[in-house]
Amino acid sequence: MSEPRRYGVFAHRSRVVALLAGASLLAAACASDDEAASTSTDAAPTTPTTTDTVTLVTYDSFPEADTSLNDALVAFTADTGIDVEILVAGDTGTMLSKASLTAGNPEGDVMWGIDDSLLSRAIADEVFEPYLATGIADGSVDIAQEFLDLVPDGEATPVDFGDVCVNYDIGWFAERELEPPTSFADLVDPAYAGMLVVQNPATSSPGLAFLLATIHEYGLEGWQEYWSRLGANGVEVVDGWTQAYYERFTWAGGGPTPMVVSYGSSPPAEVIFADPPRTDSPTGVIEDTCFRQVEFAGVLRGTDSPDTARLLVDFLVSEQFQQELALNLFVYPTNQAVELPQEFTDFAVAPETSRSLDPEVIDAERSTWIDEWTELVLG
Amino acid sequence: MNDHPGLDVENVSVSFAVAPAQAAGGAETSTGRNLVLDGVSLSVESGEVVALLGPSGSGKSTLLRVIAGIVAPDSGRVLVHGADVGNRPTHLRGVGMVFQDNQLFPHMSVLDNVAFGPKMAGVGRSERTERAATWLRRVGLSGFEERRVTDLSGGEAKRVALARTLAAEPAVVLLDEPLTGLDRELHDRLAVELGKLLRDAKVTALLVTHDHDEAATIADRTARLADL
Amino acid sequence: MNRLPRWLLLALAIAPTLGLLVFYAWPLAALVAEAVTATAITDTLGRASTWKVIWFTAWQAVVSTLATIVVGLAPAYVLARYEFRGRTVLVGLLTAMFVLPTVVMGAAFLALLPDSLDRTVWAVIGAHVVFNLAVVVRVVGSLWEHLPTDMDAAAATLGASRWKVATQISLPLVRPAVTAAATIVFLFTFTSYGVIRVLGAPGTRTIEVEVWRRATQLGDIGGAAVLAVLQLVALIAIVSWSTVAQRRHARAIGLLPASGRRRPRTVGERRFVALVAGAALVVAAAPLAALVVRSFSTPTGWSAAAWSDLGKTEIRPGIRIGIDPAEAIVNSLTNAAWATLFAVVIGALAGLAIVAAGRAGRALDGGLMLPLATSAVTIGFGMLITFDTAPVDWRASWWLVPVGHALIAVPFVVRTCVGVLRSVDPAMGVAAATLGASPVRAWRSTVVPYLWRPLVVGAALAASISLGEFGATSFLSRSGGETMPIAIEQLLGRTGSILQAQGFALATLLAATTVILVVIVERLQSPLTGRVDP
Repeated sequence: MSEPRRYGVFAHRSRVVALLAGASLLAAACASDDEAASTSTDAAPTTPTTTDTVTLVTYDSFPEADTSLNDALVAFTADTGIDVEILVAGDTGTMLSKASLTAGNPEGDVMWGIDDSLLSRAIADEVFEPYLATGIADGSVDIAQEFLDLVPDGEATPVDFGDVCVNYDIGWFAERELEPPTSFADLVDPAYAGMLVVQNPATSSPGLAFLLATIHEYGLEGWQEYWSRLGANGVEVVDGWTQAYYERFTWAGGGPTPMVVSYGSSPPAEVIFADPPRTDSPTGVIEDTCFRQVEFAGVLRGTDSPDTARLLVDFLVSEQFQQELALNLFVYPTNQAVELPQEFTDFAVAPETSRSLDPEVIDAERSTWIDEWTELVLG
Repeated sequence: MNDHPGLDVENVSVSFAVAPAQAAGGAETSTGRNLVLDGVSLSVESGEVVALLGPSGSGKSTLLRVIAGIVAPDSGRVLVHGADVGNRPTHLRGVGMVFQDNQLFPHMSVLDNVAFGPKMAGVGRSERTERAATWLRRVGLSGFEERRVTDLSGGEAKRVALARTLAAEPAVVLLDEPLTGLDRELHDRLAVELGKLLRDAKVTALLVTHDHDEAATIADRTARLADL
Repeated sequence: MNRLPRWLLLALAIAPTLGLLVFYAWPLAALVAEAVTATAITDTLGRASTWKVIWFTAWQAVVSTLATIVVGLAPAYVLARYEFRGRTVLVGLLTAMFVLPTVVMGAAFLALLPDSLDRTVWAVIGAHVVFNLAVVVRVVGSLWEHLPTDMDAAAATLGASRWKVATQISLPLVRPAVTAAATIVFLFTFTSYGVIRVLGAPGTRTIEVEVWRRATQLGDIGGAAVLAVLQLVALIAIVSWSTVAQRRHARAIGLLPASGRRRPRTVGERRFVALVAGAALVVAAAPLAALVVRSFSTPTGWSAAAWSDLGKTEIRPGIRIGIDPAEAIVNSLTNAAWATLFAVVIGALAGLAIVAAGRAGRALDGGLMLPLATSAVTIGFGMLITFDTAPVDWRASWWLVPVGHALIAVPFVVRTCVGVLRSVDPAMGVAAATLGASPVRAWRSTVVPYLWRPLVVGAALAASISLGEFGATSFLSRSGGETMPIAIEQLLGRTGSILQAQGFALATLLAATTVILVVIVERLQSPLTGRVDP
């Protein structure tokens, strides 16, 4: 196998190979530097070249381009000369985990979408630099007091709210002449086995909200048994809302499961984007399962441009931005001056009473609950 | 003891397929095969010790391997005490072999090596230990029972190999260049011992070597491979 | 008087030593400090899930190891003893499987198995077996190669049947190698991470996976640290026990240089060889083939959509899952370029220092090997919690991930360099000295030029390690900086959508790149020292 005669040939060949390999790796490194410099959101042709950029860290159902929400951000850029770069970090739970691990040296400047059940963890992990939008302080932006009460020290700014509820595919149940479930108890009924997909509360905020809803219904000692029965009834668990809604749900994702944990305000999306157009909602909401969720935006601690970050937060609660929330994120804006579009209010389900739990209890028990849930459901 | 010869080799031919450039010795046929043995026939009487002479590479070792069943011949028969053993695998032929490099089992003690044959034959522990000890004595290695095989000198290892083969009480004993590689003094001494040992044990033996004197000392009869 | 001057040795050794201390020893110490707090320990040990995870990790490692040994013995024997057409291809294939990134192996099995077996423990164990077959084949096979073939024949002449030969002679002789292989396989499967994350059901967790989960998803740094330290202690115990046990049982068998392999002669032998080699080929090739095939299987039928759409992970216009596969490829290449550079420079310096410095050199050698024994997750986790406050807040630095990769790659570079450097005839240096060269100049002209070849090999190894690294990267990478393995794991989780097909496509790309790099390594084996085995 070792033939000294071939050594010379190998030496030559190996040099060539090494040089080629080195050159190609260097080329890749240079290429990626160029790429990094040019990854930003779409900039409308009329926007002047800017030197300031602010990075908005958000969850994965936040559109990066092509919607009126993004157009509003472009308007912000036109006004202030500050470019907005959107960084998608996964579902909210994942986003928070990353923020906690990078607290003080954040991946962006502003975070959009942390909700009230996870807020205490964000605060404990010192993710935010406390900032309440100036519009709230000087009264130009009108936000309901119940939302402001959630951030007594002004750590973050409430930007939207909604109710996390189980959605179901009306047509799917109608085809099988099955009455859709109307309560938590129905969900563990064998008649509905294998029909529900939920999200992992460790990685997803609607997933956590649903877990909290079951705790609200069955109490601190009873929810475990409920989840055992849910597990036995074939509930499917995925990591995030987009996967559950756009891949596993029968209506929106073409998947196998006709019920999904989503929002009371999700049905309007199915009417608005329906093709062919329709005048009734194809999805329904199980009101009994609804749990109130408030989302916040905040300045990330350690950002090197806190001023631009604050400017963006101010913009995020302004009417100009908030009026695009309903038809793009399918949530309710906190800015009470915004008039909701007709298509939204027609089809969004706002339950009479939505469940909620004491934030202090959530803060104290959340890790234990998630741990227990993981044991029970994932094994 | 019957009146069939102890060992009969009839018309054995063996050829190996080799790249023509690597063929060493032997006639080379046009199909690129090396004809190592060409219609070799040989008889050894019961209890006789025959030495087969031939230069290195002449196929002597191959002949032993054919007899032992390690190599299959292209044609010809091998008979042990009159029985055709061609269809039998090595371990059922009753043919023992002392290899040129001994092939002692390194993970076993000297005693366990020598007792291996009886163990394979189903002999009980105490009996085979006794048998092994006896053979070790006969080759002059009393006291070597618990020694590790890797600690033996060349001459000691050779004696253990011999004891091991003989302890199995085979019908025929083959020896492949048994004394090649040992230094002069040891060689001469062992040659005499080996001859005496084989005769005392009354074994039917075939040994191959390239050394005339060795052949003359050990064997009753000498043959040349080239003549067969 | 002919030794290298102290200043030169120090200059060579300083960078590797510093790197080891700052990026390995310090994070490890920080991890232990984090773990040794009363609340963290009591909380973690008091939790039932902790013990479940430890138990699962242990038993799946034992089963995987036993299965790998059993499956691997026959191929090891056949490949060591017989020469047959396609032998080198089979050996290369098995080696390629071994160096494949863990996520790729997981992806390949996901592709291979029917949905009913997907994400079960048996899938995981199956993946472990195929992954580690090469260890058994190489370690046991190389011992078998050196055992005299005539020993089996000798036993046969003493009346031993084929079965008796196998049980009384062959197997006892290779037992030390089997034990060594089993230890290696056990360590790999105990610290299994990538395979579990891709192939395991969400509830299937080894200690490694649980460390990651607690630290990144639950924010329980203390609990994760306790688990990491527990695992470290277990690994140290296992390695120490096995070193002691092997030393006790090692006996000089008087190995001969490799006995020649021969072609199977009898019909029975030919059938046996064909059967074993064929089975090994199927076992090794099927997962990769399945991977390629599945990358063309989209929810709408067979098409190359996954490949052509590799840059888009859109779920709905404007909405993406947050990982851009094309960007992941670029990130991986960038990281690999830097990691290779770091590893080659540090490895070269270290290799030169180790060979020149005698006892101190051995200490440096041992130290640099430590990251290999420490799991990648532990390394990444340690770095994450250590470099998170000024003035060492390096979390956002572009070089942190490559440094993490380099830590794991340096041992391989060092091994290839040291192997070659040690085989350099010292007489050459003496000759140079008699011609008037100072010790430094003699060293520079007779030793250093030999670094060229092993460094190229080391660079290829470092690149393939960096491209496939998953454990440390899952802690250190930031949003937008995800590498291919991370992207693959994310995409493969989206069962039933084109995203999963993209995951398979990406995994195929990664597999192909790794295989090409391995081929480069194999082709560049130094004729001087024979196989360049990491």
